[in-house]
Amino acid sequence: MESKSSTTGNRDNPNRNLHGSKTMMASHFLRALFRIQQTSTSSSSAGRSRRIRRAAYASMAYSAGTRRAWSRALLRKLRSRARLRFPRRLSRAATPQRRDMDQAQVLRKLVPGGPSMDDCKLLEETADYIRFLTTQVRLMQTVMDSVSS
Amino acid sequence: MSSRRSRSRQSSSGRITDQQIDDLMSKLQSLLHEARLGSHDRASAAKVLQDTCSYIRSLHREVDDLSERLSELLDAAGVSSDQAACIRSLFM
Repeated sequence: MESKSSTTGNRDNPNRNLHGSKTMMASHFLRALFRIQQTSTSSSSAGRSRRIRRAAYASMAYSAGTRRAWSRALLRKLRSRARLRFPRRLSRAATPQRRDMDQAQVLRKLVPGGPSMDDCKLLEETADYIRFLTTQVRLMQTVMDSVSS
Repeated sequence: MSSRRSRSRQSSSGRITDQQIDDLMSKLQSLLHEARLGSHDRASAAKVLQDTCSYIRSLHREVDDLSERLSELLDAAGVSSDQAACIRSLFM
């Protein structure tokens, strides 16, 4: 993985940082797909879908490495074999005055490692997490398009 | 194919464009600057955070959905090594 993250270029152009990670993400995910395809039978289709989902988050986390709190938290979860769950329900803010406080709390539950972040860190990590998530989604869409054509 | 590498996809199937991402990023970043300067517009901060949460949730759902669809595809046909090389080059 390209180690541009430690230089000042990181802040100025986050997309440059992402490019090397994209390669790693694609390689990791495709290798995982091969393994899953080879080691699963037609009777385990639900399990296969879960393994693919896990591989998606794994390739995100491995390509981001340990330089980000969200990826470290994801890697911890993956290694401990814990279930990867994210809240799905839309949490309603109780009262208008508390709305923005609640939203930060809601966000903390959606970003891996969120609960231990202060507000500033949360926003930085969120931006990075979204970049990687979006890239992973696009990767999966590309695979879908390629395989089904 | 160059058309597949186009950075901006149509939103017909709900795909997010790079422009939308850039907008969201600049909003998040300006929010960060506001927080550091101490001034805090509560209304817009809440909205940006809310939009961010919705967006992340929708991305999580997409990962789930694509995982299921890929699982079905793998069952039907595999990903050949030729396709894998092709995918890598398309994606970069």
